[in-house]
Amino acid sequence: MDVEILSRIQFALTVAFHYIYPPLSIGLGLIMVVMEGRYLWTKEVVYHEMARFWTRIFALTFGIGVATGIVMEFEFGTNWATYSRYVGDVFGSALAAEGIFAFALESGFLGILIFGWNRVSPRIHFIATLGVWLGSMFSAVWIVVANSWQQTPAGFHVVGEGMEARAEITDFWAMVFNPSSVDRLTHVWIGAFLAGAFLVMSVHAWYLLKNRYVALSKRAFGIALWVAVVASLAQLLTGHHSAEGVAVNQPAKLAAMEGHFDSLAAADMYLMGWVNTETETVTGIGIPGGLSFLLYQDFEAPVTGLGAFPKEDRPGAVNAVFQFYHIMVAIGMMLIGLSLLGLYFWFRGRLFDQRWLLRIFVLAVILPQVANQAGWFSAEMGRQPWVVYGLLRTSDALSEAVTANQVWFSLILFSVVYALLLALFLYLLNKKIQAGPHHHEEGDHQSRQEERIGAIS
Amino acid sequence: MATILGLDYPTLWFLVVGGLFSGYAILDGFDLGAGALHLFLRKEQSRRLALNAVGPVWDGNEVWLVIGGGALFAGFPPVYATLLSAMYIPFILFLVLIIFRAISIEFRSKEPMRWWRQTWDISYSVSSVGIALLLGVVLGNVLLGFPLESGYRVRGHWLQFLNPYALMVGLSTVALFAMHGAIYLTMKTEGRLFVKIHLLLKRATIFFVVSFGITTLYTLLYIPHLSDQFKQAPVLFVLPLAAFLSIANIPRLVSRKQYGWAFFFSSLTVALLLGLVAVELYPVMLLSTISPEYSLDVYRAAASEKSLGIMLLIAAIGAPLVLAYTAFVFWTFKGKVKLDDTSY
Repeated sequence: MDVEILSRIQFALTVAFHYIYPPLSIGLGLIMVVMEGRYLWTKEVVYHEMARFWTRIFALTFGIGVATGIVMEFEFGTNWATYSRYVGDVFGSALAAEGIFAFALESGFLGILIFGWNRVSPRIHFIATLGVWLGSMFSAVWIVVANSWQQTPAGFHVVGEGMEARAEITDFWAMVFNPSSVDRLTHVWIGAFLAGAFLVMSVHAWYLLKNRYVALSKRAFGIALWVAVVASLAQLLTGHHSAEGVAVNQPAKLAAMEGHFDSLAAADMYLMGWVNTETETVTGIGIPGGLSFLLYQDFEAPVTGLGAFPKEDRPGAVNAVFQFYHIMVAIGMMLIGLSLLGLYFWFRGRLFDQRWLLRIFVLAVILPQVANQAGWFSAEMGRQPWVVYGLLRTSDALSEAVTANQVWFSLILFSVVYALLLALFLYLLNKKIQAGPHHHEEGDHQSRQEERIGAIS
Repeated sequence: MATILGLDYPTLWFLVVGGLFSGYAILDGFDLGAGALHLFLRKEQSRRLALNAVGPVWDGNEVWLVIGGGALFAGFPPVYATLLSAMYIPFILFLVLIIFRAISIEFRSKEPMRWWRQTWDISYSVSSVGIALLLGVVLGNVLLGFPLESGYRVRGHWLQFLNPYALMVGLSTVALFAMHGAIYLTMKTEGRLFVKIHLLLKRATIFFVVSFGITTLYTLLYIPHLSDQFKQAPVLFVLPLAAFLSIANIPRLVSRKQYGWAFFFSSLTVALLLGLVAVELYPVMLLSTISPEYSLDVYRAAASEKSLGIMLLIAAIGAPLVLAYTAFVFWTFKGKVKLDDTSY
């Protein structure tokens, strides 16, 4: 394998692994803000307890998110040096702004969020939680803006030629509000809310099934259910809007998502299917002309197909883009269905008697995670063969100084470390969940004992 | 070319990047140093206290690295890209150690078993030393220069970053951070642990003075290009003189039990030493040992004036905010460490 494919695999591995955690931090952050807000408002101790419990889980996801995030920032330079030189002028200000406004805000207040329960008043603690959550939301802004600029570049001009070619910023706000950034940012935020909400519902549904912390779990489940209902429906809107944008700005990507080749024909919308790139056909179940209707409200309207692009300008893995896109959409629909079903029983006051539904909610935690990953895979693979759409090819973006052996070394190292990290994360997550919301009282006792022993020995 | 206070934008941004990396070295320096000393503490209770002394702040400290890296990427894209790809293996190891360190801190307290805590203690300490060493190795190579050719290619063997000079700078960095971290811990501990830390501080100070002395001597004798600036402008000798006085002041303050001031001066030492590096290099950022025409200086590497202008504005708005909440966090957790149910 050559440097290009190895570097792509490594980037995909490290970014996909990283992306397990930040959405959880953003989603859990929102729910913790609601919990602490309810505590300040009602003074009911149950909200305080659930907020403390979720803070412990938040700390776990946040810690791994930071550590794996630093890898991403430096990997641009280590593996994609030409890309970094090309985009630095444009991309750099977004990244610098992320560091100074967002990352510093969240990490600064994180200490108080986790360690400050006994040191600051509930009001200050609420502000710290809000600060951490807003910081994580801002991080998403700048990083999605930067990625969106790669999809739909704007507010720049290209200077220099060959090795020295680079994009220079001409209009900061045009760069920030490039054609796809708002749609993609809202889509990412809401995907994160869903990841957080479904984790909270999963854990509390499990407690309810086990008959543990029943009063607390019912309230916490309720909070997360409302977040899930609003978020899953809103996701339909942002997703649709995003697709309309892709149709205008990246027609080759949209065509790959639905496996559409013939530019003169109406485009179908598939529920599921398989793309044969040799014969340029899709085998599957779908609505004929469905994509045409969605985009132009006309089942007959022609949609630009992959045939309009020379082979070297088409995404390399059309079937993969198609599959990832359809997995994401299918899960999105499932999340709407589950949330509405939950809401229906909630209004009838019988939600917590539906053990079968609670069991589904326990397992459903995996769904938004898969959808988030699949969405990014289809977005990024659909952008190929470009790293900056229409301007810089992925194959031209590599580091000149790096050899395949070096990337093999780092790829194997990251694979081993991340496998270990994932195992530890799941182990500790499970442990914290098993320990439950009242754990800290026992912990208090235990640590006091330890201190006594420490003082004696 | 636009200027502020007589400095052009690339020079200003060079100062911003330098300031951020100094901030990072001062802040993460003390928690890396505390990590380096970790295994010298034997008792579980001592280790817990030492770990919790950096517990609420290490993550915020590491953010300075993220901001510094971002600022380098944004302001001098070719330097960021060339440095990181030319030093591929050290940076990958550095990243892996950053991960190990984070998870060691996060996971050690989660299980009571001895072997579990011992494993994470070793991982925490080794990664802390490794990070400090690699940072020094990168700095040493930057001081020496790279065999940089046209088209940003680098000549030579992929292991050439492990040269004696770079290792010497790496060792000095470990020693400096160990001393800096020990001073921090004296402010945060009491009783027998304090006495132990005090002893470690003495040894770390000696270790630093010796390794730094040898490195300085080697630099003066064998790497003449690094003293060119001082020969041209003797007024710059103020800087090494200040660094020397600052270092000499540390043991004096420690023997007077003024630990807060000692910490101030060890922070100042870190800043002054990086200031020396900046003066020695400027305006070059990446020196080519093959030909000066391949070297990257601030003007050749700088982003456009438009981009730098935007970023200077962002920095001007952001810096007071960052300083304000950093100060607030340190103030909240001021004083000696007390363990409670939220501790590691």
